[in-house]
Amino acid sequence: MCLAVPVRIVSIAGDEAETEIAGVRRRVSIALTPEAKVGDYVLLHTGYAIGVVDEAEAEETLRLLQEIADLSEVH
Amino acid sequence: MKFIDEYQDSRLAKGLADQIARRSTRSIRLMEFCGGHTHAILRYGIRQLVPARVELRSGPGCPVCVTATADLDKAIALARLPGVIVTTFGDMMRVPGSASSLQQAKAEGADVRIVYSALDAIEMARANPEKEVIFVGIGFETTAPTIAASILKARREETTNFRVLSLNKLTPPVMKALLDSGEIQLDGIICPGHVSVVIGSAPYAFIPRDYGVACAISGFEPLDILLSVDRLVEQVEGGTPGVEIAYSRGVTADGNRKARELMDEVFEVGDANWRGIGIVPDSGLALREEYGRFDAEKAFPVSLQPPREPQGCRCGDVIRGTTTPSDCELFGKLCTPERPVGPCMVSSEGACAAYHQYGYPDISQGFESKT
Ligand code: SF4
Repeated sequence: MCLAVPVRIVSIAGDEAETEIAGVRRRVSIALTPEAKVGDYVLLHTGYAIGVVDEAEAEETLRLLQEIADLSEVH
Repeated sequence: MKFIDEYQDSRLAKGLADQIARRSTRSIRLMEFCGGHTHAILRYGIRQLVPARVELRSGPGCPVCVTATADLDKAIALARLPGVIVTTFGDMMRVPGSASSLQQAKAEGADVRIVYSALDAIEMARANPEKEVIFVGIGFETTAPTIAASILKARREETTNFRVLSLNKLTPPVMKALLDSGEIQLDGIICPGHVSVVIGSAPYAFIPRDYGVACAISGFEPLDILLSVDRLVEQVEGGTPGVEIAYSRGVTADGNRKARELMDEVFEVGDANWRGIGIVPDSGLALREEYGRFDAEKAFPVSLQPPREPQGCRCGDVIRGTTTPSDCELFGKLCTPERPVGPCMVSSEGACAAYHQYGYPDISQGFESKT
């Protein structure tokens, strides 16, 4: 129910955005995320973007996970 | 897909699993609040990746499952009214009410339609001006802002034949109710990621403060969940319970302020009836007076018989986390996804459905016998 998938914004018109993921295009309301820009990934839930994905944080998490994996292989 | 595939990497998962094993010294019990987490945990075999002394117990985070039978009966009664189209998320169709289900009502001639979004229901209302279109609004803080935004849109566009049966519920109050009940001892909670996109991390602060229970907000990919388990094990082992965001690409401390503004504009907080739990104070969202004309309950008052619960179904205990699905005598025998007895077997996020679909490892039972 609380499923939300990251989709990329291709264009914006008013409070609607055209989004794309794995070749599938879909119109999404950005009424809840007025700060969203073209190129951003947003979390799509029941027709609405409920949040903008923070790409820097995403990379930081992956870097941390790499470090943990490297460390565990040394152990 | 970006932001999904990277978080399913098996080498990184192994690294996290090793770290959790190194940290963990004693038996602890974590609850994953969210039904989406339960499914991911079983689907990716996360229980087998973490030490058996870290128990994962599913909680009430499935909006379909926690919908009270009385509320379901209301939706079914609305669907049977002439000139009404009831729209709902697909998972609600087969949930058994006292005597029927929305699907059965449809088979008997009621106009019930599945929608993906409240926006679809508005479009349906515009396309069918001679009908009344009722949207059965279920969901937590993830979904409530989308329903609020849809109501605001209907008001702007003067769509007068669109109404909402608001069964929306709030998560921190039900967590409090579970902790207050004292029925289940928890060391940590894997908090719902997409609820938290909206509410942020602040509303969970009372959980470590007042109950000494650790919290980690988790995404839904296997690495997200393992990372959350790691954060929780560290908090519990170190005796330093707090609220950590282990889903920082989606969640901030403050959450989505705009979404909350719209939710507050349209809804007011009131008591809500949860299956298996009962009335939980301040855990529901009702339409405010100014939006009364969108309120399906006001527009179409229906009188109902007292609800009857499905015989032998232990969904209520499963929702409260006091029982695991395989402890239900009907599980897999009289109750299957094809012929579900209770909502926990119907919903794609229900714990019984997850256990049935992915098989049930004996790890949790092993844990039980050890404690
Ligand atoms: S297995 Fe079926 S009957 Fe048993 S608790 Fe789950 S939904 Fe209810």
